[in-house]
Amino acid sequence: MAYPSAARSSPARQPSVKVILASADVQRVVDRIAHQILEKTQGAEDTVLLGIPTRGAPLAKRLAARISTFEDVAVPVGVLDITLYRDDLRRHATRAVGPTQLPPGGIDGKRVILVDDVLFSGRTVRAALDALNDVGRPASVQLAVLVDRGHRELPIRADYVGKNIPTSLVESVKVTLAETDGADEVKLFGGTNQ
Amino acid sequence: MRHLLSGADLDAATATEILDTAAEMATVAGREVKKLPALRGRTVVNLFYEDSTRTRISFEAAAKRLSADVINFSAKGSSVAKGESLKDTALTLQAMGADAVVVRHPASGAPHRLADWVDGSVVNAGDGTHEHPTQALLDAYTMRSRLGRLAGLSVAVVGDVLHSRVARSNVLLLSTLGAKVTLVGPPTLIPVDIASALAPGTDVSYDLDSVLPHSDVVMMLRVQRERMNDSYFPSAREYARRYGLDGPRMRRLPEHAIVMHPGPMNRGMEITPEVADSPRSTIVEQVANGVSVRMAVLYLLLGGNNR
Repeated sequence: MAYPSAARSSPARQPSVKVILASADVQRVVDRIAHQILEKTQGAEDTVLLGIPTRGAPLAKRLAARISTFEDVAVPVGVLDITLYRDDLRRHATRAVGPTQLPPGGIDGKRVILVDDVLFSGRTVRAALDALNDVGRPASVQLAVLVDRGHRELPIRADYVGKNIPTSLVESVKVTLAETDGADEVKLFGGTNQ
Repeated sequence: MRHLLSGADLDAATATEILDTAAEMATVAGREVKKLPALRGRTVVNLFYEDSTRTRISFEAAAKRLSADVINFSAKGSSVAKGESLKDTALTLQAMGADAVVVRHPASGAPHRLADWVDGSVVNAGDGTHEHPTQALLDAYTMRSRLGRLAGLSVAVVGDVLHSRVARSNVLLLSTLGAKVTLVGPPTLIPVDIASALAPGTDVSYDLDSVLPHSDVVMMLRVQRERMNDSYFPSAREYARRYGLDGPRMRRLPEHAIVMHPGPMNRGMEITPEVADSPRSTIVEQVANGVSVRMAVLYLLLGGNNR
């Protein structure tokens, strides 16, 4: 008698990799978020996109570019580094501080849309809200993410979600973008197969 | 990086990281809320055994902008006046939970001893005639922000090199970062062999006028009257004539060259008011940059879990 169960379980020991979004999918998702922003903000007037490094920054630039193609409005783009506002600074070796670049018009009285690649625990967004508080006083703050993988540890939700990916905590989601990693892709690294 | 005791502690990568971090810290000075939460709940002790205005205030401002608690300790009016030793003071600070000790001491090497006694990080804020590494970092930062680079720059360090911790730290750091340093001063104030002992490639000259036309940076050192126990030069007037930077000398510098001074200045001695107040002078800028650089140093020492 063969041992089909053993044969089936052997590949399960290797972590699986699943491509959730390929390059064309990423572009379509970014286009959709751009349309949603235009719809929800009624033309993206008085709106500023702030990307959270590393991959939020190029995403914010892409969203602004797409918004200007669709509706011919120029949305100011900036970068908000949150390193010094993280709640886990002391648990790791010192992290390098990145640049914060606010658009020339500033953020006071504007609708700020924070842009990040993956929404997970929500701690990055909390840090970003604290950082925002120190650089100005926006009229309102919204959140746009490429991927929402769940498992929130704080009462935070996104206003614009590119793709909801149900995950378990042993899995990890990796977003790569052409600007930072050479290619657009969203991958799910799993602890087990299926 | 656990302590910052000497300009020689820094390799090119670490020094560049400090300068880059300082550039980000500098943007905080232009904001409405000049505060970052990175060192919340940490305690920084300023332990000053020597008089100082700008360095102590600069470290205090830097620590406060990063939300650390600051305890200022000056030897005057403290238990040191009653004869307490450095070690006992250090153990007292340790018991009070100091995460970092910023120390200035008249004895060369005191911060190195202190680093053995306390668990926290030690930052050398000037020890005797030995070193003053954060001054060198802020000078390098100022040169980089004014001239755009450090590698290949010709820097003349002029004056009382013998008693200058600023000169020593600057030679070490600037040569690590690829600048070429020339020490200029009267032979009595430049120790024999200092150039080769600190960093190979460093030049010595006793003639300021021959060095000026090919210098990108001229750093004037303060004539330290409090350390002048012997007659190192005949008179203040003769010193000012030969090694002081005045208007005509400044005009012999290349168009882009800058004039630096670590402060406090003796106007009329090593530098004339015309030069000190000219657009080429970076003296006020250096003070502002000092806060940014010290913020970067404190953040890199205390910001993460580096133990």
